Amino acid sequence: MAVSRSRPLSPHLTIWRWGVHMTVSILHRATGSALATAGVIGLVWWLAALAGGPESYAAFTECATSWFGRLVLIGLSWSFFQHLFSGLRHLVLDTGAGYELKTNRFWARMTIVGSVAATALLWAPILL
Amino acid sequence: MGSGTHLGRVRGLGSAKAGAHHWWLQRLTAVANAGLMIWLAVSLVRLPLGDHAAMIQWLASPLAAVPLLLLVVSVIWHLRLGLQVLIEDYVHDAGNRVAALLILNFYAAGAAAVAIFSVLKIAFGGVPA
Repeated sequence: MAVSRSRPLSPHLTIWRWGVHMTVSILHRATGSALATAGVIGLVWWLAALAGGPESYAAFTECATSWFGRLVLIGLSWSFFQHLFSGLRHLVLDTGAGYELKTNRFWARMTIVGSVAATALLWAPILL
Repeated sequence: MGSGTHLGRVRGLGSAKAGAHHWWLQRLTAVANAGLMIWLAVSLVRLPLGDHAAMIQWLASPLAAVPLLLLVVSVIWHLRLGLQVLIEDYVHDAGNRVAALLILNFYAAGAAAVAIFSVLKIAFGGVPA
Protein backbone atom coordinates (compact mmCIF):
# COMPACT_ATOMS: atom_id res chain seq x y z
CA MET A 1 0.00 0.00 0.00
CA ALA A 2 1.44 3.38 -0.95
CA VAL A 3 1.26 5.16 2.40
CA SER A 4 3.58 8.10 2.91
CA ARG A 5 5.85 7.60 5.93
CA SER A 6 5.22 11.05 7.29
CA ARG A 7 1.51 10.44 7.81
CA PRO A 8 0.49 10.61 11.48
CA LEU A 9 -0.63 7.27 12.90
CA SER A 10 -2.92 6.73 15.86
CA PRO A 11 -1.16 5.31 18.94
CA HIS A 12 -0.85 1.56 18.52
CA LEU A 13 -1.11 -1.51 20.76
CA THR A 14 2.11 -1.06 22.71
CA ILE A 15 1.14 2.30 24.20
CA TRP A 16 -2.08 1.14 25.92
CA ARG A 17 -2.41 -0.67 29.21
CA TRP A 18 -3.79 -4.15 28.59
CA GLY A 19 -7.55 -4.60 29.15
CA VAL A 20 -9.90 -7.56 28.83
CA HIS A 21 -11.75 -5.82 25.99
CA MET A 22 -8.54 -6.11 23.92
CA THR A 23 -8.40 -9.85 24.50
CA VAL A 24 -12.06 -10.21 23.55
CA SER A 25 -11.49 -8.11 20.43
CA ILE A 26 -8.63 -10.24 19.12
CA LEU A 27 -10.42 -13.43 20.23
CA HIS A 28 -13.37 -12.35 18.07
CA ARG A 29 -11.09 -12.27 15.04
CA ALA A 30 -9.23 -15.45 15.95
CA THR A 31 -12.38 -17.49 16.66
CA GLY A 32 -14.05 -16.04 13.56
CA SER A 33 -11.10 -17.18 11.45
CA ALA A 34 -11.16 -20.65 13.00
CA LEU A 35 -14.90 -21.00 12.35
CA ALA A 36 -14.53 -19.63 8.81
CA THR A 37 -11.86 -22.17 7.91
CA ALA A 38 -11.95 -25.35 10.04
CA GLY A 39 -15.60 -24.83 11.04
CA VAL A 40 -16.96 -24.39 7.52
CA ILE A 41 -14.76 -27.16 6.08
CA GLY A 42 -16.19 -29.43 8.80
CA LEU A 43 -19.77 -28.34 8.03
CA VAL A 44 -19.32 -28.91 4.27
CA TRP A 45 -17.57 -32.24 4.89
CA TRP A 46 -20.45 -33.35 7.15
CA LEU A 47 -23.11 -32.46 4.53
CA ALA A 48 -21.15 -33.94 1.61
CA ALA A 49 -20.53 -37.14 3.60
CA LEU A 50 -24.25 -37.42 4.39
CA ALA A 51 -25.12 -36.94 0.70
CA GLY A 52 -22.42 -39.46 -0.31
CA GLY A 53 -24.16 -42.37 1.45
CA PRO A 54 -23.62 -44.61 4.48
CA GLU A 55 -19.96 -45.49 3.69
CA SER A 56 -18.74 -41.90 3.34
CA TYR A 57 -20.76 -40.92 6.43
CA ALA A 58 -19.20 -43.74 8.43
CA ALA A 59 -15.75 -42.47 7.41
CA PHE A 60 -16.76 -38.98 8.55
CA THR A 61 -18.11 -40.09 11.95
CA GLU A 62 -15.00 -42.20 12.52
CA CYS A 63 -12.81 -39.10 12.08
CA ALA A 64 -15.18 -36.88 14.05
CA THR A 65 -15.30 -39.23 17.06
CA SER A 66 -11.54 -39.93 17.14
CA TRP A 67 -9.64 -38.14 19.92
CA PHE A 68 -8.25 -35.63 17.43
CA GLY A 69 -11.67 -35.05 15.87
CA ARG A 70 -13.17 -34.51 19.34
CA LEU A 71 -10.39 -32.06 20.21
CA VAL A 72 -11.09 -30.06 17.04
CA LEU A 73 -14.85 -30.14 17.70
CA ILE A 74 -14.39 -28.96 21.31
CA GLY A 75 -12.18 -26.12 20.04
CA LEU A 76 -14.71 -25.20 17.36
CA SER A 77 -17.65 -25.25 19.78
CA TRP A 78 -15.77 -22.96 22.18
CA SER A 79 -14.90 -20.71 19.21
CA PHE A 80 -18.56 -20.69 18.23
CA PHE A 81 -19.77 -19.66 21.69
CA GLN A 82 -17.02 -17.06 22.09
CA HIS A 83 -17.75 -15.57 18.65
CA LEU A 84 -21.52 -15.67 19.32
CA PHE A 85 -21.34 -13.93 22.71
CA SER A 86 -18.71 -11.45 21.55
CA GLY A 87 -20.81 -10.81 18.43
CA LEU A 88 -23.90 -10.12 20.52
CA ARG A 89 -21.81 -7.69 22.59
CA HIS A 90 -20.76 -5.99 19.36
CA LEU A 91 -24.41 -5.58 18.31
CA VAL A 92 -25.11 -3.82 21.62
CA LEU A 93 -21.99 -1.64 21.24
CA ASP A 94 -23.19 -0.75 17.71
CA THR A 95 -26.19 0.99 19.28
CA GLY A 96 -23.80 3.23 21.24
CA ALA A 97 -24.50 1.53 24.57
CA GLY A 98 -22.12 -0.21 26.96
CA TYR A 99 -19.02 1.97 26.68
CA GLU A 100 -18.92 2.94 30.37
CA LEU A 101 -15.63 1.55 31.72
CA LYS A 102 -17.10 -0.86 34.29
CA THR A 103 -19.98 -2.04 32.06
CA ASN A 104 -17.64 -2.53 29.12
CA ARG A 105 -15.15 -4.55 31.16
CA PHE A 106 -17.92 -6.61 32.79
CA TRP A 107 -19.50 -7.73 29.52
CA ALA A 108 -16.14 -8.32 27.86
CA ARG A 109 -15.31 -10.67 30.74
CA MET A 110 -18.76 -12.28 30.58
CA THR A 111 -18.27 -13.35 26.94
CA ILE A 112 -15.30 -15.48 28.04
CA VAL A 113 -17.05 -16.83 31.16
CA GLY A 114 -20.12 -17.61 29.04
CA SER A 115 -18.23 -19.34 26.23
CA VAL A 116 -16.25 -21.56 28.60
CA ALA A 117 -19.41 -22.42 30.59
CA ALA A 118 -21.45 -23.18 27.46
CA THR A 119 -18.68 -25.39 26.04
CA ALA A 120 -18.45 -27.30 29.35
CA LEU A 121 -22.24 -27.73 29.48
CA LEU A 122 -22.30 -29.02 25.90
CA TRP A 123 -19.48 -31.55 26.29
CA ALA A 124 -19.96 -32.77 29.86
CA PRO A 125 -22.89 -35.12 29.00
CA ILE A 126 -21.03 -36.41 25.90
CA LEU A 127 -17.65 -37.10 27.51
CA LEU A 128 -18.59 -38.01 31.09
CA MET B 1 -2.45 18.04 -8.57
CA GLY B 2 -3.08 17.95 -12.32
CA SER B 3 -4.49 20.81 -14.29
CA GLY B 4 -7.79 19.18 -15.22
CA THR B 5 -11.27 20.41 -14.44
CA HIS B 6 -12.44 20.55 -10.82
CA LEU B 7 -14.46 17.35 -11.34
CA GLY B 8 -11.62 15.59 -13.13
CA ARG B 9 -9.27 16.34 -10.26
CA VAL B 10 -11.42 14.76 -7.55
CA ARG B 11 -12.92 11.87 -9.51
CA GLY B 12 -11.79 8.52 -8.12
CA LEU B 13 -10.73 10.01 -4.78
CA GLY B 14 -12.48 9.29 -1.51
CA SER B 15 -14.43 6.23 -0.53
CA ALA B 16 -16.36 4.00 -2.91
CA LYS B 17 -19.50 4.66 -0.83
CA ALA B 18 -19.83 0.93 -0.21
CA GLY B 19 -18.51 0.79 3.36
CA ALA B 20 -21.88 1.14 5.04
CA HIS B 21 -23.32 -1.61 2.84
CA HIS B 22 -20.53 -4.00 3.86
CA TRP B 23 -21.01 -3.07 7.52
CA TRP B 24 -24.78 -3.58 7.30
CA LEU B 25 -24.54 -6.99 5.56
CA GLN B 26 -22.05 -8.12 8.22
CA ARG B 27 -24.65 -7.29 10.93
CA LEU B 28 -27.58 -8.70 8.94
CA THR B 29 -25.84 -12.06 8.45
CA ALA B 30 -24.63 -11.98 12.08
CA VAL B 31 -28.21 -11.84 13.39
CA ALA B 32 -29.32 -14.53 10.92
CA ASN B 33 -26.34 -16.71 11.92
CA ALA B 34 -27.16 -16.41 15.62
CA GLY B 35 -30.71 -17.67 15.14
CA LEU B 36 -29.91 -20.38 12.57
CA MET B 37 -26.82 -21.70 14.39
CA ILE B 38 -28.73 -22.01 17.68
CA TRP B 39 -31.41 -23.96 15.75
CA LEU B 40 -28.71 -26.25 14.28
CA ALA B 41 -26.95 -26.73 17.62
CA VAL B 42 -30.22 -27.69 19.36
CA SER B 43 -31.10 -30.02 16.46
CA LEU B 44 -27.68 -31.71 16.53
CA VAL B 45 -27.83 -32.34 20.27
CA ARG B 46 -31.24 -34.04 19.86
CA LEU B 47 -30.38 -36.10 16.73
CA PRO B 48 -28.82 -39.60 16.53
CA LEU B 49 -25.72 -38.25 14.77
CA GLY B 50 -24.13 -41.63 14.06
CA ASP B 51 -27.23 -43.06 12.32
CA HIS B 52 -26.99 -42.25 8.60
CA ALA B 53 -30.57 -43.33 7.75
CA ALA B 54 -32.05 -41.23 10.57
CA MET B 55 -30.00 -38.20 9.55
CA ILE B 56 -31.13 -38.55 5.91
CA GLN B 57 -34.74 -38.82 7.09
CA TRP B 58 -34.29 -35.61 9.11
CA LEU B 59 -32.68 -33.69 6.22
CA ALA B 60 -35.28 -34.91 3.71
CA SER B 61 -37.85 -32.80 5.56
CA PRO B 62 -38.22 -29.22 4.31
CA LEU B 63 -38.34 -28.12 7.97
CA ALA B 64 -34.67 -29.12 8.22
CA ALA B 65 -33.48 -28.58 4.62
CA VAL B 66 -34.76 -25.00 4.24
CA PRO B 67 -33.22 -23.59 7.45
CA LEU B 68 -30.00 -25.46 6.65
CA LEU B 69 -29.84 -23.85 3.18
CA LEU B 70 -30.43 -20.43 4.74
CA LEU B 71 -27.73 -21.18 7.32
CA VAL B 72 -25.18 -22.16 4.66
CA VAL B 73 -25.81 -18.97 2.66
CA SER B 74 -25.78 -16.69 5.72
CA VAL B 75 -22.73 -18.27 7.40
CA ILE B 76 -20.63 -18.31 4.23
CA TRP B 77 -21.62 -14.76 3.29
CA HIS B 78 -20.67 -13.65 6.82
CA LEU B 79 -17.28 -15.37 6.66
CA ARG B 80 -16.58 -13.87 3.23
CA LEU B 81 -17.19 -10.37 4.63
CA GLY B 82 -15.26 -11.05 7.84
CA LEU B 83 -12.17 -12.58 6.26
CA GLN B 84 -12.18 -9.78 3.66
CA VAL B 85 -11.70 -7.26 6.49
CA LEU B 86 -8.96 -9.42 7.98
CA ILE B 87 -7.11 -9.58 4.64
CA GLU B 88 -7.50 -5.84 4.07
CA ASP B 89 -6.12 -5.17 7.56
CA TYR B 90 -3.15 -7.52 7.57
CA VAL B 91 -2.08 -8.11 3.94
CA HIS B 92 -0.38 -4.87 2.92
CA ASP B 93 1.20 -5.85 -0.40
CA ALA B 94 -1.28 -5.02 -3.17
CA GLY B 95 -0.53 -8.15 -5.21
CA ASN B 96 -0.82 -10.52 -2.25
CA ARG B 97 -4.01 -8.78 -1.16
CA VAL B 98 -5.70 -9.28 -4.52
CA ALA B 99 -4.56 -12.91 -4.57
CA ALA B 100 -5.87 -13.49 -1.04
CA LEU B 101 -9.23 -11.87 -1.87
CA LEU B 102 -9.45 -14.03 -5.01
CA ILE B 103 -8.79 -17.21 -3.01
CA LEU B 104 -11.31 -16.12 -0.35
CA ASN B 105 -14.06 -15.62 -2.95
CA PHE B 106 -13.33 -18.95 -4.66
CA TYR B 107 -13.28 -20.70 -1.27
CA ALA B 108 -16.61 -19.17 -0.21
CA ALA B 109 -18.31 -19.94 -3.54
CA GLY B 110 -16.95 -23.49 -3.63
CA ALA B 111 -17.92 -24.30 -0.05
CA ALA B 112 -21.42 -22.88 -0.56
CA ALA B 113 -21.90 -24.84 -3.80
CA VAL B 114 -20.88 -28.18 -2.27
CA ALA B 115 -22.99 -27.62 0.86
CA ILE B 116 -26.10 -26.50 -1.06
CA PHE B 117 -25.78 -29.32 -3.61
CA SER B 118 -25.50 -31.88 -0.77
CA VAL B 119 -28.55 -30.57 1.09
CA LEU B 120 -30.65 -30.42 -2.10
CA LYS B 121 -29.59 -33.93 -3.14
CA ILE B 122 -30.81 -35.29 0.20
CA ALA B 123 -33.92 -33.08 0.30
CA PHE B 124 -35.00 -34.14 -3.21
CA GLY B 125 -34.64 -37.82 -2.35
CA GLY B 126 -31.31 -38.46 -4.07
CA VAL B 127 -29.92 -40.35 -1.06
CA PRO B 128 -31.84 -43.51 -0.01
CA ALA B 129 -32.44 -43.50 3.76
